[in-house]
Amino acid sequence: MTSQVHPSSEPARWRYLDQVRTRPGPFTNPDLFSGAQVAAAMESMKILVIGAGGLGCEILKNLALSGFKNIHVIDMDTIDISNLNRQFLFRQDDVGKSKAEVAARFVERRVRGVKITPHNKRIQDFDEDFYMQFQLVVCGLDSIEARRWINATLVNMVDEDVEDSYKPLIDGGTEGFKGQARVIIPTVTSCIECQLDMHAPRAAVPLCTLASIPRQPEHCIEWAHVIAWDQEKPFPALDKDDPEHISWLYQKALARAQEFNIQGVTYSLTQGVVKNIIPAIAATNSVIAAACCNEALKIASGCAPALGLPDNNYMMYSGNDAIYTYTFQHQRKEDCPVCGNRPRDLPVSGPQQTLRDLLDSLADRPEAQLKQPSARAVGKTLYMRVPESLEKQTRPNLDKTLAELGLEDGQEIAVSDPAFATVVFRFMLRFK
Amino acid sequence: MLKIWSMKKEQQKAENAAEGTTAAAPKKKKVTAAQLRVQKDLSELSLGNTMSTEFPDPDDILSFILYIEPDEGMYKGGRFSFTFNIPTSFPHEPPKVQCREKIYHPNIDLEGKVCLNILREDWKPVLNLNAVIVGLQFLFLEPNASDPLNKEAAEDLRNTREMFKRNVRTAMAGGTVRGETYHKVLV
Ligand SMILES: [Zn+2]
Repeated sequence: MTSQVHPSSEPARWRYLDQVRTRPGPFTNPDLFSGAQVAAAMESMKILVIGAGGLGCEILKNLALSGFKNIHVIDMDTIDISNLNRQFLFRQDDVGKSKAEVAARFVERRVRGVKITPHNKRIQDFDEDFYMQFQLVVCGLDSIEARRWINATLVNMVDEDVEDSYKPLIDGGTEGFKGQARVIIPTVTSCIECQLDMHAPRAAVPLCTLASIPRQPEHCIEWAHVIAWDQEKPFPALDKDDPEHISWLYQKALARAQEFNIQGVTYSLTQGVVKNIIPAIAATNSVIAAACCNEALKIASGCAPALGLPDNNYMMYSGNDAIYTYTFQHQRKEDCPVCGNRPRDLPVSGPQQTLRDLLDSLADRPEAQLKQPSARAVGKTLYMRVPESLEKQTRPNLDKTLAELGLEDGQEIAVSDPAFATVVFRFMLRFK
Repeated sequence: MLKIWSMKKEQQKAENAAEGTTAAAPKKKKVTAAQLRVQKDLSELSLGNTMSTEFPDPDDILSFILYIEPDEGMYKGGRFSFTFNIPTSFPHEPPKVQCREKIYHPNIDLEGKVCLNILREDWKPVLNLNAVIVGLQFLFLEPNASDPLNKEAAEDLRNTREMFKRNVRTAMAGGTVRGETYHKVLV
């Protein structure tokens, strides 16, 4: 059957999307549903995509086809030939160019009326003012560090008096056949930091196995990487992108593999193990990106209940053993260092007060009652009771004034006390 | 979409009234998650009288030296030091720990690398610095021949415990065992 719709016939392109987003379903919350105004609302919305790699290509395409018109994308990477098998917005001619720029241009060409602004930068290059302009953030990242950074930034931006300061974060991630999609409403639902335990740390092989009884080609490579390199130090520092360094490791690993009669050490395996490359599977990326973008559409339009509002906020997907998905509520952690115990105000008389007076006052304040406090500020240890050596070093600070210690109005301090071993209290100094 | 936030705002207001938090604070840099966690871990440390710490820069609590002086076992009388370098990804990733002396021990290699499961394959974010320190202390009480990093030392321990003991004493005194000269760590 041939399609009746001419590709340039724009209203037809959105017909089915409109049927979904303008009609309430049985579970639609009438308070959140935009109904007939949804197209206009979504057109005026600015949405940020972080990452233009395997997940990012899918996310950009999906969002553009879901009716979002104003999209920004951040990615600092350039296109490598090995990306082409799954990062389908890129072609051979694009190798070496910015991922963000090429992806933006491609989707703009294919979906009329969508504007995508690329940023060939690191997320850390932007400040809160930049992130404040978006209504939604969708992440398709492969690094836990970058996730934690954007999570902390968005949580930090929350100002209870400003509705627009709550930026929902939709985060997708994949590893081989496994993946997850989650929605975070900063300070309202559990955040990435609360959920750190969901990320299995990199599966490591016991050091002694590497040293004495390697069984797999990966063991030989890890041995060359962590043991032989340190013993022989062929170059001052290991540069994982330097072919000469990888070749050195490859030769070492190969010799060791021969010694133990192990097959399978290759140059590309060496590169993969050393750079900790997890095989990315295009279809897993599609599944996870689709889940993320459906949540974006539902949050933006209110047409159906979305993840994280406020109950179930985490969808895990596993294709390792047949197929399995499970959606559940990951609880917010009260002692989360990012979203838990937000700093409380701590009134102090002024910069001439001594640290000793400040710490003593913590014992009297009814909501604190910290009788044996240790305290730190950003990059500064004020006073630590334990361990002993640190106590000795910081004891002279007790008689210094807050001004002498460089503490200002509005500064955050972190206070721990053995009576409350599981939490660190955060206070915001308020000079009277 | 914005109606969600009005709902949440009400929730937050109720919470704030209970907690005494106010918003609209002048923005200052926050203490990082890794630092908060290390501060908490340090205040829970129980070093007893066989261990002590040294902080080259007290403002940088992410790197320090731990001294262990076992008061029992084969390594009694020695003083061993370990550098602790805690990555900013802590506690997602374990601290990096290395022995500063060249010692004769089946689970510590000549470069100071330590074979302790919780420093590598069995690390979990719920573990703390105390767990690592207890683990290190245990290595001196119960050196383990089945997970060798120093193969010669492990062989000696497996074959004749008495000879292994003698070798430990020789090595701790700065002597040579099987052609390898060790650092003097006796105090
Ligand atoms: Zn949190």
